[in-house]
Amino acid sequence: MSFLEFLNFHLVPGIVLGSVYAVGAIGITLVFGILRFAHFAHGDMATLGAFIALALVTAGLTPWAALPVAMAAVAVVAIVVDKLFYDYLKARPKIMTVMASLGVALMLRAVVQVVFGVDPRTYATGIVRPDDYFGILLRDRELYTLAAVVLIVVGLTLFLRHSRWGKAMRAMSDNPDLARLSGVDNRKVTMLTWAIVGALCAASGFMLGINNELQSMMGWQVLLPMFAAAILGGVGRVEGAVLGGLIVGVAEEMSIFILPAQYKAATAFVLLLLILLVRPRGLLNGKVL
Amino acid sequence: MALLDMKDVRGGYGDADILHGVSMTVGEREIVVIVGPNGAGKSTAMKSVFGLLAIRGGHIVFDGEDITAWAPDRIVQRGICYVPQVDNVFREMTVHENFEMGAFLRRGDLSAAYDRVYGLFPDLKAKRKNLAGDLSGGQRQMVAMGRALMLDPKLLLLDEPTAGLSPKYMEQIFQITRDVRDAGVSILLVEQHAKQALAFCDRGYVLATGANRHEGTGQALLADREVAEMFLGG
Repeated sequence: MSFLEFLNFHLVPGIVLGSVYAVGAIGITLVFGILRFAHFAHGDMATLGAFIALALVTAGLTPWAALPVAMAAVAVVAIVVDKLFYDYLKARPKIMTVMASLGVALMLRAVVQVVFGVDPRTYATGIVRPDDYFGILLRDRELYTLAAVVLIVVGLTLFLRHSRWGKAMRAMSDNPDLARLSGVDNRKVTMLTWAIVGALCAASGFMLGINNELQSMMGWQVLLPMFAAAILGGVGRVEGAVLGGLIVGVAEEMSIFILPAQYKAATAFVLLLLILLVRPRGLLNGKVL
Repeated sequence: MALLDMKDVRGGYGDADILHGVSMTVGEREIVVIVGPNGAGKSTAMKSVFGLLAIRGGHIVFDGEDITAWAPDRIVQRGICYVPQVDNVFREMTVHENFEMGAFLRRGDLSAAYDRVYGLFPDLKAKRKNLAGDLSGGQRQMVAMGRALMLDPKLLLLDEPTAGLSPKYMEQIFQITRDVRDAGVSILLVEQHAKQALAFCDRGYVLATGANRHEGTGQALLADREVAEMFLGG
């Protein structure tokens, strides 16, 4: 196998898949770090976002124009879900919120299945030929996906580093008691976190859908690789989630060298077990919860 | 009139009372220290000022206003800041960001507040971009105090600021505490190192089993035979 073949058939798809995982993993790591629980409805929120974008595409928008609208819509959904379910449980042991999020996952999926059916769908039909960039073959949608992920990661990093409320989110993740003593309003930070997490969910669902197809189980199926990416990078670390996402994505695409293709999904699981055994705080030293 | 006036405060964290009638005052520009054996309710007495426990009797008056059972965020805005004993910095944020978070409730120009904390803690100026978690224990304590001073409080509550520090840093923290007082802030602190703390404070209270036992100037308490037997090995 030539180097270019390796690049085009394994590395590039791995990076595209990995950057989609990264967007999902950032959301998971934010919920983990700031709200301190494992959010099992993350994948199905992504599915919902993907299908909201599909509805907008059916209504006449182009897919990439539908993305920001879907992100805004799922941001609202995430805030409402928090107010309806998680907020009631915040004084209880966190495991109850985790279980509630599993229930929310089933609910969201059921809504998608009732409204859109269970058959696979696509944003656009027809075969798209990749363009040749100095030997590297990339489809427009892959190029746009990478660009969108870079935009999201850079934007979020700048927000967390430099804005007043971004710093409040980091403070809450770092030391919640001290953040409260400093006068940071817990409820506002929670709401803001859900808005960002919801938008990230929608973006990851949309990118999964546009690079493959949409189906009602798609979000649930990527929940494990996304959690693996978040934990691999270090819980609470945005840059860790990006790194973890890329590693998991590339590893999945590489796994076919040693595993039959149908076991590709096991790669994330193996990576998760390995990191928990060897370096449970993740590559970039995340939190221990 | 005293800046802070606690009268016969009773209360605790859960249903059981830890404080059985604690009274103390802190005047303007005064350093007051609370000492006492383990389990005497020293930290609890201080936390009661900051609204961190259920108060079931007595009154706390600050700057002419009854603040008994106020929520901590309201007390912060009124001009009291609290530095916890442990986990008192944002470890994954820079020194400067820690100060910024301290001033979260304050709008407008903060340059005077930054000048003041960097003036008090010149060592931190060179480390302003370092993560607070990477600093030494003494410097971390300075960050914690600086964070609390960003809101320009009238009263600063310090919970065992020298716990776990070497004698060298302990002296430094006491010196900084004096500097902060000279900048116009009253200070109430809890100390495990009773002898050194009584030697440096203006006045002290000795608590035992959740109630006042002795009070007086630091020097007077050091000279008191009963206090000496309690702490200083006779």
